[in-house]
Order: sequence, then C-alpha cells, then structure tokens
Amino acid sequence: MDSPDTDWDDVRLHVVTGKGGTGKTTVAAALALALAAGGRKVLLVEVEGRQGIAQIFDLPPLPYEERKIAVAPSGGDVYALAIDPEEAMLEYMEMFYGMRRAGRALTKMGIVDFATTVAPGFRDVLVTGKTTEAVRRRGKNGRRVYDAVVLDAPPTGRITRFLNVTQEVAGLAKVGPIKNHSDLVNGVVKSRETMVHFVTLLEEMPVQETLDGVGELRSAGLPPGCVFINMVRESLLPQAALDMAVKGRFDVGELALGLKAAGLADTSDAAAMAEALAEEVVEHARRTELEHAERESLAGAGLPRVELPLLADGVDLAGLYELADILRTHRGAA
Amino acid sequence: MKKPVPLDIDAILDDKGTRIIVCCGSGGVGKTTTAAALGLRAAERGRCAVVLTVDPARRLAQSMGLTELDNTPRLVSSPEGGGQLYAMMLDMKRTFDEIIEAHADPERARQILSNPFYQSLSSSFAGTQEYMAMEKLGQLRRSDEWDLIIVDTPPSRSALDFLDAPERLGRFLDGRFIRLLTAPAKAGGRSAFRLLNAGFGLMAGAMTKLLGAQVIKDLQTFVSALDAVFGGFRQRAEMTYKLLQAPGTAFLVVAAPERDAMREASYFVERLAEERMPLAGLVVNRVHMSPGSALSAARSAAAAEDLESRGEHELTAAVLRLHTGRMQLATRESREQEHFVSAHPTVPVAQVRAMSGDVHDLAGLRQIGNLLASA
Repeated sequence: MDSPDTDWDDVRLHVVTGKGGTGKTTVAAALALALAAGGRKVLLVEVEGRQGIAQIFDLPPLPYEERKIAVAPSGGDVYALAIDPEEAMLEYMEMFYGMRRAGRALTKMGIVDFATTVAPGFRDVLVTGKTTEAVRRRGKNGRRVYDAVVLDAPPTGRITRFLNVTQEVAGLAKVGPIKNHSDLVNGVVKSRETMVHFVTLLEEMPVQETLDGVGELRSAGLPPGCVFINMVRESLLPQAALDMAVKGRFDVGELALGLKAAGLADTSDAAAMAEALAEEVVEHARRTELEHAERESLAGAGLPRVELPLLADGVDLAGLYELADILRTHRGAA
Repeated sequence: MKKPVPLDIDAILDDKGTRIIVCCGSGGVGKTTTAAALGLRAAERGRCAVVLTVDPARRLAQSMGLTELDNTPRLVSSPEGGGQLYAMMLDMKRTFDEIIEAHADPERARQILSNPFYQSLSSSFAGTQEYMAMEKLGQLRRSDEWDLIIVDTPPSRSALDFLDAPERLGRFLDGRFIRLLTAPAKAGGRSAFRLLNAGFGLMAGAMTKLLGAQVIKDLQTFVSALDAVFGGFRQRAEMTYKLLQAPGTAFLVVAAPERDAMREASYFVERLAEERMPLAGLVVNRVHMSPGSALSAARSAAAAEDLESRGEHELTAAVLRLHTGRMQLATRESREQEHFVSAHPTVPVAQVRAMSGDVHDLAGLRQIGNLLASA
C-alpha cells in the first residue's frame, strides 16, 4: 500500500512469520484465501505440528496429505498440508532413492527419531524441502500445480535460521544428495519467487522483533516481503480529544453532561461515571500515542505495510474472509 | 463468572522450601517478563534469587541491566532487607562447550569441539536450547549459591520440549542407531559395516547414499567422541528432570486471555499433571479490566446510538463507543478464562491487568510484581 514495489504476481512462495501471539497463522490462512481468489489454486502449509490451520478453518486435525480445505471468493481453491517431519523423511527417501524399506528400517533403529528430534536442524531441512518441492511441482501440462504456496513458518526469532538451514547442512555435506537437495531449496528460497512476510502488532516487543528479523533476513540474502500489522484498532476519538487526554486535561464535566443527556446517570452519579470513563479515555489515548510511535518505527524497515483490523468477534471463518478481502485488495493494487 | 482459587504468589516466594520456579506457556504471553518480575519481588522480600532467561526481548534484558549474552549470573539489584537479584541469559554454545570440557579428557574435548557436526549442533540447531536450559538449571541448583532459581522456558515449537528433552536424549542414546554409529569407528573405519548383519548393511548403505561417505565419517567421529561424555550428560538430564518433580519446584503456567493461549495453558496443565510436575498455578497476563464496569456494553452502545441519532454530545457518544468495545473485550476474555476454570477448577489463578506500555526498568517489573501478588 505504501510502495509500488509489492508485485506478488511472480511470487510463488509466501513465507509468513511473526512473534508468538501476533496472529501469524490467521494471517497466513487469510493470505492463502486472498491469493486463491479468482480461480487460482493455493497450498497452505503448516510446519509446527500445532494443527492451527484445522482450528482456524474449524476442521478435524489434518493428516500428512494435501487436501482441499476451503473455497476462495470468486472461485479458487485452498489446499492445506500439515507437514509431519517423520513422514516427510520417509517420503523423501522413497522419492529420491527408492528406499521405502530402508526407511522403515531406519525408523526402527531410531535414526528417524534422531534426524527429526535430536538434531532438529534436519527437521527444518525436511520441512523446507517439502515446501519448496510443492512450489516447484509441475503437472502433466508442464504448468505449476500450485499458483502459490503460503507457508505458516516458525516465529520471527527463528525464521532466518529456518530458511537457511539447508545451507548449514550443506556445509556439512559438501557433495552428494544433501548438497543437491540444499541447492534445490536455496534455488527457490533465495529467488524472486519467494517473499518473507512479517506479522506484527503495534506493540514494542513484536515491532522490535520484526525490525531485527528483517535485518537478519537481509544480511542472509533472503527476500523480505510485507509487514502485516495485525489487530489494528481504529481510534474512535478525535485527535484533539486524545491530545487533551494525554495531557490530563480531558473535559470530564462535559462528559458527565453527555452521560446525563443520554439518560445513563443522574446528577449524583454522573460525575463518578464520567471519571471512570475518562480513565479509559486516558489509557486509550496513551496507547494510541504508543501505537503511533510503533508505526513510525516500522516505517524504518522500508517494507510495504498492510494494516489488518482487530476482529470484533475474534477470529472465526467470517472474520478470516474479511481479512482475506483486505489482502486481496492489496494483491489487486500491487 | 465461576471464581477460580486465587493464586498466592507471595506465599510461594516467601516459602524457603521453594527453590525453583518454572514459567512456561506459549510464545508471546509474557513469560520472561513474569519471570523477571517474580525474581525482583522475591529479592525484595529477602530471597537470593537468580532469573535464568533463554531468549529475552532486548528491552526487557535492558530493564534488568543485562546488555550482553553472558553465561554467568550478574547482580541486578540488592534491595534492603538482605535479598539479591541476579540474572543471566543462556548462551547455549558456551554451556555445551563447558560440559564437553568438564567431562572429556583434553584430547577428546579438542576432537569434539572441532568436529563440524558438533559445531552445528551446539550453535545453531533449534532444540539444543532445551537441553542446555535444563543443563544450566541443574548446574545453578547444584551450585547452591542461590536459594531461588526462576527460569523461563525456551520459545520452542512445542512448549514442553524442555520436558521431553531428557527422555528423547535417553531414547536416542539407548537406540541401536548410536551403537551402529559407534561400532564401525571403534573397529577402525567403514569396513566394519560389512561385518554387521544384513539389516545393518542395508541401513548403512542407505545412509552412505543419503549422506555421502565423508559425512558418515564425520558423524561417526562425532558420536563416538561424544559417547563417553553423553553418558554423564544423560544422567544429569534425568537428575534435572527429577529435580523438577520434587516438592521444591513450582510450575507457573503463563497465558494471555485469548483462545489459543488459554487452550495451550490447559494443555500444559494436563501435561504437567501427567509428568507429575508440581503445578503452582496459572498467571493470566494482559487482562483488560474496565474502571467503568458498572455500565454494561449493551447500555453503553444503546446510549451512544441514542446520542448519535440526536446529533448531541458527539464526544460522549465516542467515549461510550470506546467503552462498549472495552466491555466486549473484557467479556470475551473472561469467557476464555471461564472455560479454563471449569475444566481445571482447582488450579489457582492470578490475573495481571493489561498495561499501556512495555516494561523498561525495575520500577515497571516491580509494578507487575505488585499486580501479580494482589490478584
């Protein structure tokens, strides 16, 4: 919205990260709906084993398979995949080495356990590998199976390491299949086909983490996308009233009169009620001021920003489509 | 709302028998802030406390005067009354290196520390954090220099990874895999694979194909070098696990009054019970309370509409709209908490009301401590 440099047309992989509690999974789901709108096919991938997608779409837990979970506005399909690292590893061995049987043997010996838990770096290798495979996959007609893939990725503090993990492992394996695999993953992740989006709230800690995350991502040569500012509350009061409230000069007498006029209080308790509400106004004004400062800080990241409103009734399906609509406008405008 | 049992924080902090407090909960609910606030309050009530934090937000670390990643507890404050507050950030690589140096002979330590697998495992792979947090906790406890240790758990994908870590490590070490890896190296190289039975042979082939010969060799060197060290490692991990189950430990589950966080909190409470870990209670951070709660959302909204339709008192109407939203939020939040309370009626709960800004200094931490204790 703030910059013309937000062309999503060529982007095949949208990685969505954010600090815990910022609504990363919700935004990823809404983004998948928005990208699928108008007859496209989008895959929404979950990697942390939380079954967050199933919860948001009100579905039973998702198995390790790509299945259609939602229809986008004006036609278009959203598929979902909850990646299970162990299954992914076995699938890999079969796909690339024809070693399903060996894979089962490995499971028995505890090597799969080792690879997916004791050395969790390998787990990230499998997850990024599976995701980029879905990005690259082509159908019989030679066209990509998915128009876009949205990855509900690990939190901001871990994202650069997560996306760079194949490089890390490639440092251990200088030749051979792991190296080839790593090159394939990097070929997608470090290309113009990938964008890493950050979800944040207008609060100090998430904003700071976002700025740090964007910095880390850039130093690693990975492509940052947009900043999604989530759960934005609109300010109901005029700026002048907010300014007065912050200075402690909010007109409580006038408020008491208003309360009486509305029939909420008589002369005796109007003052007390006005005092209580004025306290809320002062808090609101202070928070608005802080939010303003956080907006300014975010502008320093030099990325396009998209604001998403706080949903009054919490996140339900209707709310999800509402967010998707906003994101879709953004896609269209880009 | 069904009233939960109030959580008496001061009773926990004042009880000299409380030696460890573990703050756990999903990401972004204020675990580290809670841990730091508890530490300060404990110190101000005469305890000698150390806060071990895994990955603090920069500003929170600064609020306690910690500016760098440093593996040693630093003195933050010595309030009147004889108490002290120390704090440290976990440096996982340093902690890992120290274990190796302490438990392997110098030659073997050198081999391990320079092995590429070790370097990756110790510094960059997620998951190592959990082991090292447990290890450091055990070290601090054994040193007996502090009479209260407060630890916040790492922001892992599964928030109870730190509980699973010792068992997982044990399972791995007991597995046939590690025996396979250590055997050939002991027998002098790859040729030993051939001596193994057909099942192992198939698997060794698979691994060589998958990883490449050099990787296998590095991995073997790494695992066999770690082998001796690992034994003690595992024993200590189990000791720490038992320590957590002991009566001197208090688990606090930290949450925010939102659906996901409360659901996660329920899960924690159940898991802790399964693992026979002593749960002290639930801390719900960032609860929105209204000073004008006498005026309901419905009446407030109706009055605002009335004023708007008459075109009078615009500012009052806006304030009423604001109040309506606030009351709706409070209702939603108390509903989320009610779900928890009905499922876990015996778990004590403390609420901390939302503040307009983040904590920047000890005064802010003290304020949170006051809120925690007065809940």
